[in-house]
Amino acid sequence: MDKIRALIVDDSSVMRKIVERSLRQAGIELEKVVEASNGAEALAALRDNPVDLILCDINMPVMDGLEFVRQSSTVENAKGVPIVMITTEGSESHVVQALTAGARGYIRKPFTPEQVKEHVLPVLGKKP
Amino acid sequence: MSTDTSLATRSHEENWQPVLELAVEEVFEIMLGCRVKPVSAADNPPNRDFTAMVGLAGALGGIITVCCSAKTASCLAKAMLGAAAESEGEVADALGEICNMVSGNFKNKLSCADDRCMLSVPTVVSGGQYNVHSMASGDSMSTVVLFEDAPVTVTLQLNN
Repeated sequence: MDKIRALIVDDSSVMRKIVERSLRQAGIELEKVVEASNGAEALAALRDNPVDLILCDINMPVMDGLEFVRQSSTVENAKGVPIVMITTEGSESHVVQALTAGARGYIRKPFTPEQVKEHVLPVLGKKP
Repeated sequence: MSTDTSLATRSHEENWQPVLELAVEEVFEIMLGCRVKPVSAADNPPNRDFTAMVGLAGALGGIITVCCSAKTASCLAKAMLGAAAESEGEVADALGEICNMVSGNFKNKLSCADDRCMLSVPTVVSGGQYNVHSMASGDSMSTVVLFEDAPVTVTLQLNN
């Protein structure tokens, strides 16, 4: 698999590190990792950093993940980029809201590296 | 069941204690690689060097706290990160995320909570001289697990 550029959005720096580690454990080679601690930071980061994959929490201060997904469609660098939510919010309503807004995958915390592999590889066009 | 049944009544009728215990066990096993089981709270009193808090609002109102010693908080962060935390802030961040995942996992297991319950972002306090006074003055339940032989106390305090 080609190396990819990933944007990881979570208000917890620890969780951003864990998500990055899980991507590597899933066999995904990372050329570059861009981090943001909320949706507004992520939108700003996207304007300067083209990426191939976005992993995003929902509950964050300033701008939550659902709003980020809605607004990301207006950013050129985000067009066509798969977004996978990684969140403690596990209700069907949240899943539907995320997918309706444009997310392509949904992972509930706590998660295993295997779950990351299972949900991320398909959106990158790879078999898990 | 009537929707205006109090949370305290529901927590007893639906027996939320094992739900809370399972939520804690799953987070520790999946994110920390550690199998834990509830232990006696009387034999393992809480250490409150660090307390992480997540508020619950909506159909399920209250607060969930996770507290432990500073040393245990560092060990938890190390287990999550796979390496020692770089700062006390990172230790607090890790404990806050554990509380966040326990809270989300707990509410996701309750049919009455689901999408009608919202979680706050975590808050973590540290230091030796503080008390946590929750305005959630209803029923409470706790579970204590041992991590590297030290207690980690998880408490759900429900709104009245």
